[in-house]
Amino acid sequence: MRLTDTLRFARDAATGYPMRTTLSVLAMSIGVAAVVILTALGDGARRYVVGQFSSLGTNLVIVLPGRSGTGGFNPANAITTTPRDLTIDDAGSLRRLPGTRRVAPLAVGTSEINYGGKLREVMVAGSTAEFIPIRNFEIAQGLGLPEEDWNRGSSVAVIGAKIREEMFGANPAIGQIVRVGDRRLRVVGVLKSTGQGLGMNTDELVIVPVSLALAMFNSNTLFRIMIEANSRDAIPSTKEQVMETLKQRHRGEEDVTVITQDAVLATFDKLLGALTLAVAGIAAISLAVAGILVMNVMLVAVTQRTGEIGLLKALGATARTIRFAFLAEAAMLSAVGALVGYLLGQLGAFALRQFFPVFPAYPPDWAVIAGLSTALATGLIFGVMPARRAARLDPVQALMKH
Amino acid sequence: MALIELSGIERRFLLGDTTVHALAELNLQIEAGEYVAVMGPSGSGKSTLLNLLGLLDRPNEGTYRLEGRDVTTLSPDEQATVRSTRIGFVFQSFHLVPRLTAAENIALPMTLAGIPLAERNKRVAQALKDFGLDQRADHKPDQLSGGQRQRVAIARATIMQPALILADEPTGNLDRHTGDEVVNLLEALNATGVTLIVVTHDQGMGARARRQLVMEDGRLKSDSAAADISNLGKISG
Repeated sequence: MRLTDTLRFARDAATGYPMRTTLSVLAMSIGVAAVVILTALGDGARRYVVGQFSSLGTNLVIVLPGRSGTGGFNPANAITTTPRDLTIDDAGSLRRLPGTRRVAPLAVGTSEINYGGKLREVMVAGSTAEFIPIRNFEIAQGLGLPEEDWNRGSSVAVIGAKIREEMFGANPAIGQIVRVGDRRLRVVGVLKSTGQGLGMNTDELVIVPVSLALAMFNSNTLFRIMIEANSRDAIPSTKEQVMETLKQRHRGEEDVTVITQDAVLATFDKLLGALTLAVAGIAAISLAVAGILVMNVMLVAVTQRTGEIGLLKALGATARTIRFAFLAEAAMLSAVGALVGYLLGQLGAFALRQFFPVFPAYPPDWAVIAGLSTALATGLIFGVMPARRAARLDPVQALMKH
Repeated sequence: MALIELSGIERRFLLGDTTVHALAELNLQIEAGEYVAVMGPSGSGKSTLLNLLGLLDRPNEGTYRLEGRDVTTLSPDEQATVRSTRIGFVFQSFHLVPRLTAAENIALPMTLAGIPLAERNKRVAQALKDFGLDQRADHKPDQLSGGQRQRVAIARATIMQPALILADEPTGNLDRHTGDEVVNLLEALNATGVTLIVVTHDQGMGARARRQLVMEDGRLKSDSAAADISNLGKISG
């Protein structure tokens, strides 16, 4: 039997039983769609997190107060329970390191902002002029924080877009005096709206000089020091230098943690990559189930068409011809199922992207290829047994079942 | 050389723990172009004989020569080729594929044999005309009458131009009138030189054949050809 005839015969056989064909195609397509959508979700989460981390800034080295990840109980830890403060001067000392381009200390707390009788709780970030370029924030109106002595903060503030909107409405904000906590500050700039990001939402943020913030929160220790290295290659050496410098300043004690954005990024990338793989694996189970369903459908088809198989044998069909015809039918069911599932999956991913525009829910290529080929392979593998059974039928017995 | 030569054919089935001799000590010769009716009560081995002649079944013992060639020792695929090219089947229940049109059903043996589409279409068009089915080419079997269905089946059986047509109760599901038409059609084919072997219960139809074989308990009870030769009298039915 010619290939085109075999395919046509299989197609006619499949369409001859619309209900069972639809059901098995549906099962297969749900399996493939599940793989496509779930991996789109997983990979979307990965891209989202990686994207958010990248938007924190580039080539970042971040210093946290306190030692983390020492592992196990250490008598030395018991004695020096509280770590040494991470001070503005510590941050200042890092500016002189060769590998650094910018350094910004960061103190964070919550306070209230008050203007014209309106009161609102806000997040206050105390930092310096370089904070805004390091974090890739953009100024919508006015200026950023002024370049000045870090220990002598002038009474100014840069406010987020949403705060400007709520406090000032249509009126100009630049140059106005607002009250933040117990301070009166002049608004010098407004940040461009960025929407929800990882960590802090800049739209509801007030940025003030770092010394002002520490005084406001009655604290001596910084929340973070952010360092931007000259290049990606300079990150490891910068990290070492930062550690060394701070260790010297803290009398030889390693009481800070230095992390690099790359390391965090790589961890998340790996973690979410594994997660995507895991959900792909779970979705693949439904493909195997669909494969078994195709087998079941084909076994039913062999039983239903026993008389026809006997006839084909009487008309001179070889076992090979019959095997191919049934295998082609199984392959066709799974191929159409895979195709429909792929389209459904892409449609689902598209819908996800429409509903959550910030979430890049694109299925990764490897998952699409793996999903489609698994669908086809299971269809074929599970089609072999019914096809062999059909080919082995005794023609005399088969002809009697009509 | 005879078209069919059966010698010492035995066919046994195991039913539970008893062995049933469906065919026993069967020796038979059928010449090319003969018109043979196989008759006998149910279970006499008629159908088994037909299946054996059609290479759908194998004997336990004995040899079957078709056109001088021992076909009992052929592989299943070789037997399939012989069925495809030399043998046409006509069944009592027509055995048309319900989802295929009349034309497609007629073309099925050629499709299975891998004959190119153009050649198939040509032969099917001719067959449709020969069997008066021009108007029914695109009808599915369930849109055809019994007589039309059997005509499609006969067209299918002859489309590969076989040397032998095996018909198992070809009129069993038809009324008298349509049955006669079908028999006429088969006899016309026989007149063109095709060997025709018909299994039937119908005495009238059996009597129309030029040679009658009567089976009983798997054995050949009488053979009109042999009777003619030895002048032993009438054929008992």
